[in-house]
Amino acid sequence: MTTASLLRHNLRDAVIAAVLTALVTIPIFGLHLERAGGRTLIVPHWTTVAWACALVFVVQLLRPWLARAWARAPRIQRPALPAATQRQRQGLMLAALLIAVSWPFFAGRNAVDIATLAMIYVMLGLGLNIVVGFAGLLDLGFVGFYAVGAYTYALLFHWAGWSFWEALPLAGAMAAMFGFVLGFPVLRLRGDYLAIVTLGFGEIIRLLLINLTTLTGGPDGISGIPKPTVFGLELTRNASTEGGTTFHQFFGLEFQSLHMVIALYLMALALALVTLWISSRLIRMPIGRAWEALREDEIASRSLGLHPMKIKLSAFTLGAMFAGLGGAFFAARQGIVNPESFTFIESALILAIVVLGGMGSQLGVIIAAILLTVLPELAREFSEYRMLIFGLVMILMMVWRPQGLLPMKRHHLEVGP
Amino acid sequence: MDDFLPQLLQQLFNGLSLGAIYALIAIGYTMVYGIIGMINFAHGDIYMIGAYVGLVTLTAVGTQGGVPIWLVIGLMLVVAAIITGVYGFVVEQVAYKPVRNSPRLVALISAIGMSIFLQNWVALGQGARDMAVPQLLPGALQFGGGSGGFEIFIPYTRIMIIVVAVVLMVLLTLYIRHSRMGRASRACAQDMHMANLLGINTHRVISFTFILGAVLAAVGGVLIALAVGKLNPFIGFLAGIKAFTAAVLGGIGSIPGAMLGGVLLGVAETLAAAYISSEYKDIVAFTLLVLILLVRPTGLLGKPEVEKV
Repeated sequence: MTTASLLRHNLRDAVIAAVLTALVTIPIFGLHLERAGGRTLIVPHWTTVAWACALVFVVQLLRPWLARAWARAPRIQRPALPAATQRQRQGLMLAALLIAVSWPFFAGRNAVDIATLAMIYVMLGLGLNIVVGFAGLLDLGFVGFYAVGAYTYALLFHWAGWSFWEALPLAGAMAAMFGFVLGFPVLRLRGDYLAIVTLGFGEIIRLLLINLTTLTGGPDGISGIPKPTVFGLELTRNASTEGGTTFHQFFGLEFQSLHMVIALYLMALALALVTLWISSRLIRMPIGRAWEALREDEIASRSLGLHPMKIKLSAFTLGAMFAGLGGAFFAARQGIVNPESFTFIESALILAIVVLGGMGSQLGVIIAAILLTVLPELAREFSEYRMLIFGLVMILMMVWRPQGLLPMKRHHLEVGP
Repeated sequence: MDDFLPQLLQQLFNGLSLGAIYALIAIGYTMVYGIIGMINFAHGDIYMIGAYVGLVTLTAVGTQGGVPIWLVIGLMLVVAAIITGVYGFVVEQVAYKPVRNSPRLVALISAIGMSIFLQNWVALGQGARDMAVPQLLPGALQFGGGSGGFEIFIPYTRIMIIVVAVVLMVLLTLYIRHSRMGRASRACAQDMHMANLLGINTHRVISFTFILGAVLAAVGGVLIALAVGKLNPFIGFLAGIKAFTAAVLGGIGSIPGAMLGGVLLGVAETLAAAYISSEYKDIVAFTLLVLILLVRPTGLLGKPEVEKV
């Protein structure tokens, strides 16, 4: 094609794109509805629309040249883990662990608080990674199990006065049981139907929490949930029971609320590490291999004698268990649970962590969880755009890099020549 | 117990008008699924955008300017249908076309991203709060009510919903059955590759499907905004899930199934709200969704899907 005809062709495309942009932006951004005392008025913002159209027009017009420049530009190396020996890798992991444990003692209170939240998401992300990444089951109701864990602790405290450490195993078990019972009938469904059914379950759990007012406190939820203790010592100014000893009294320290923040961070870190350890062991075990085999080809693995139902159910139940443990910790950290915290958007966020990190890639999931919790805190002035960008990133990732930031690498042996 | 029958009739009518809206949205789900086998998760948000475009049109035309009401409503429907159709087209081009040959889950995640994007797009442009929609057709037909009995109350807006929905569904059925494009889209639903080999422009059929689905959803959005009187950028999620339930109930991929499913779901939900508890009406919809997918994933009028190696 000659340059002239290419240009003419492009010009037509660019004009069409600009017109479509105008049609799409005018009713939402161009004609802004404003309420002025009982009446709704329209305030036009033509400049926004004009800018959007101009931008789309120029980009569309120059697209072939941009694409050519892009193709000629030096390829950026995909971020891949440097090939390290077993020894080096262990050293690196130890160093990372030391830094993760020691930095809160030097950092500010806010930073540690955000890091605690990031650790909760690391744990949830790793838990969902078992279901979505390893076993390939798209679970859109993960937040339901998170809610079960949180409410298990909250209700046990509220009605029976249980402490966090007593309730934690039960919260995990309860969520796992929910996962097992709900997973049992639904796991024979195919990919996207499974996604919708799990979404339905997540919403049913949330709606029940809202409506079973006498048990769960309805929309207000349950408040006054105590924070975890450290070896039976409370991290409060005064002991809640008569004659009890608190942490700072026991060690003869000045009371500081920072102790609590750091202790919570370390507990979250420990829970995240346990999740990481268990899931990275599991994926090397026969059951983990079976998850992956089933994800890649269900019919082939069935004909090799794998029992799809049992294998899927184990992944689903384990994922739910980690969500439950995370939920109990979340309840303890917040001190209050209500159904607002367990909406679909939370499920979508955890799913986005797994997808961005690279389904099945544990390091990727950890990095994505930290990025997705820390970045919004750093860019608070853009908080209006946060969810908009979040949705856009999900689409762009699927279009350009569906395997995620750090794609999963299979363990394999290479035989030399 | 004299009131039982009139009350039941009232609830059936309410359910029917709600179900007509669900059916309009469900057609979009079912057509897209029938052709490219994908759950268009953002379809509920397309419906929300239709409602907003309708409100913007209404405010721009004005209610006091002496323009006849039927013209205002007609204008709202047409403008909303056109703009939302453009949205349907653009959404498909941007988010779904590039991932068409990827695994199903990739397309579904892209659609979830699009749903989140559209909600916040509108929240950013028009504000996240509730918007009031002025009442255009006040008044209602009333029956019975003599000697202290129960009075059946049928608002004109609800009648309009049913009339518009029925007219559109009849037109759609005729169009799919007799037009060239309708025949092409039925061919694509049967076998996309074969249709392509026989010279059907499948890209155009897919775009057409998305546009048509968006147009119907937009009409539903405008009608429900007029009936309910308020809207916000997040109404699409619940409506979308319910319409999807309706599509699955009727048998996904089948257009008459979507109409039937929508009406059944609307009636079931209204009856549950009336006779059990209004707080449980959403739970009824979700439970129905789960149960149908478990017990009869092909729905009432769907064809069973054969797993191919």
